[in-house]
Order: sequence, then C-alpha cells, then structure tokens
Amino acid sequence: MILQTRFLSTTVLAEVNPLEYSGPAWSPYLVGALIGVLSMLTFYFSNKPLGASTAYARAAGMLGNLAAPRHTQRLKYFQDNPPKVGWEVMLVLGVVLGAFLAAWSGNEWTKRLLPPMWQDRFGTDSGLLRVIVAFGGGILMAFGARMAGGCTSGHGISGTLQLAVGSWIAAICFFIGGIITAMLMYAV
Amino acid sequence: MSTTTEKPNDTAATDTASHDTTAPHAKDDHDKQPKPLSAAGRSLALGVLFGIVFGFLLQKGGVAKFHVLIGQLLLEDFTVVKVMLSAVVVGMLGIHTLHRANMVEYHIKPTRLASNVIGGLLFGCGFALSAYCPGTGAAALGQGNFDAIAMMVGMVAGSYIFAEASSWISRNLDPIGDKGKLTLFDLFPQSRTAVTVGSASLLVIVLIVLELTTIR
Repeated sequence: MILQTRFLSTTVLAEVNPLEYSGPAWSPYLVGALIGVLSMLTFYFSNKPLGASTAYARAAGMLGNLAAPRHTQRLKYFQDNPPKVGWEVMLVLGVVLGAFLAAWSGNEWTKRLLPPMWQDRFGTDSGLLRVIVAFGGGILMAFGARMAGGCTSGHGISGTLQLAVGSWIAAICFFIGGIITAMLMYAV
Repeated sequence: MSTTTEKPNDTAATDTASHDTTAPHAKDDHDKQPKPLSAAGRSLALGVLFGIVFGFLLQKGGVAKFHVLIGQLLLEDFTVVKVMLSAVVVGMLGIHTLHRANMVEYHIKPTRLASNVIGGLLFGCGFALSAYCPGTGAAALGQGNFDAIAMMVGMVAGSYIFAEASSWISRNLDPIGDKGKLTLFDLFPQSRTAVTVGSASLLVIVLIVLELTTIR
C-alpha cells in the first residue's frame, strides 16, 4: 500500500480501511461505563463536570499574560475566565500520564509522528503536511469548542448526560462537521 | 504536588503562632490544619488523579488511536460512539440519583442555537483534520503519537484567537436562539426520573442496535 501511494502520490491517494488497523484493548462498553462512573466521582468530589478544552484556553491566557499582558487582560473571554493553573489543566496533564500508563502496560506505546493510516493514505514523506493539518485542526477545534461552550467531553459526555439541549445540539454538530470533513479527506 | 501541600501548612503554623493568645478560634484551625490539604491543593490533586484515570480509560478504549477516530467519522468503526453513549447512560442514571440524594449539583451549559451549531460544525471540521479531540489528543500524546503535539499547540493558538473574537461573538452570535440553561426536563411534563430513565433506555436501544449491526 505504501508503494502504491508513492507511485501514485501526484495523482491518486491510496484507499485506506480503518478496520484494518488495531482496535481497542478493552470493550468500549466497559470503558464507557467506567468513564460514566468517573464523571459521577468528579461531580461529587470536585463539583466539576469532565471537560478537556478549557485547559487549553487557560494555557493560552497564561502565555498571553507573559507575552502581552495588557492586551490579554482586555479580552472578554479572559476577563470572564481568568487564566490560571486549576483543576482543568491538571486534568489534561493527568490524561497524558494515564494514557502513557495504559499504553505502556498494554504494549501499545507508538512513539511515532505519523499514524499508520495517515501514512498509508498520504505517504511516508507527509510529515510536514500532517503537522500543518493537525495544527490547523487544533485551531478550529479550540475556536469551535469555545464558541459552542465545550468539546467532546464537556458537551458530548458531561452535558448530554445532564440532558442539556444545547449539549445535544453541539455534540450532533461535532459529528456532522467531522463526518463531512473526514469523508472529503479519506473517502473521495 | 509536595510544594502545594507544604506551603499552606507553613503559613498556617506561623499564623496560629502569632495569633494564638488573641484569637480563640485559631487553636481550632491549628488542630484541623495538619490533616487535610488546602482546598486549592486538594482540587489540583484530584484533577491529576481523575485525569490519570480518564487518560488510562481513553487509551484502553482505543479512542486515542488515529484510525479509530477517523473510522468513526467514516462510519466504519463505531468504537467512539459506543464509548460515549455507554458513559452517558451510566453517568445520566448515576448523576440523577446523586442529585436526588442532594449529593451533587448540576452544571448545565446554556443553549445558544447559533453558537452551538456554528461552533459545533467548526469543532467537527477540526476534529476530522486532527483526528483527535481535546481529551483524546492528550491521551494520544501519552500513547506516543507525537503528531498530537501539533494539535495541542493549535488548540492553545485557537483558544487565543477565540478570545480575540469573544467580545464580538457574545454580542452578535450568542443572543441568537439563546434559550438559557435549557434541559429535556423543561421540555417534557413528566417527572425528572421518568425523563432520565426514558432517555437512558433510548440510548441503550441505540447501543444494542449498534452492537448488532456494526463490525467494530
């Protein structure tokens, strides 16, 4: 498949099938149920819903305070949400560590820049393209998450389980936008 | 973590020493101090702890994998939806029960139709481009997918760009279709328990259909 990509790289992209690559280590229902229990614990012990995107906004505000403090402090979002190292930032740092422990214990430590499916689709020399696309994706996600009020965890899990109407609308829109873009990138 | 636990104890010790004779309640504070962490330190420690569990579960659930997320968006691999809906069913019933027992508060985000829809679609586009979301991207980095670093740096940049636009968005877009903290409880006349159990049952049916009809 790699040969095919390199041979045809200027004309056609290789076809890829996501089911050819390794699946989850544990049952998705078990993992989901345990995340549900975890959300009960965060509500009870921390009085906070699980959510990941706020941490990046906190980091952005803290960097802004270092580089251009007066300008950063004038922005409405940072006035409403003063940037600081809080529960949300620690949660995301914990996620990195917890995923490392899971990958290490399950022999799934990948240690690579290009995900195999991306490489089979776009070629072994597509490192720069991958970095640019992932960076651009991050920008769009952060902007969209802040505008919609949360991300896949904040709206998609914590909001929907409280039966919030806006969270259900946002979560469905995440998938509509994602499906259209992914189809254009991988299925055309 | 050790620095955050030591600091409050130090200041508390000097405080109680200087006020010991004048303030009668200071002694009580001193008696309470050595055992618990300060509120802020406890919050940070719990954040890391819950994060480690969350990251561990995300990785074991396969949702930190590039092809599992793209597979979901291509409607080939339904792992992501199975994980999310299972979490929602358990959390929905669990948090409703805890709320009835007055043990937790709800944290409802407001429904603002224009911002929810436009922000949601932009998020979805970025979701497919990076193949990670803000939580699973952090898990992907922990798993050794170094391209997740580019996505995380992009998230920080995108958050700042949003902050630049936040004043305009809150004036021009947030008011469109602003319904406040609307929930299904407001839309259905039935009791909260009935609405919760009904919604959870519906999601269980969706999960059963997915299990019967999907390859993964």
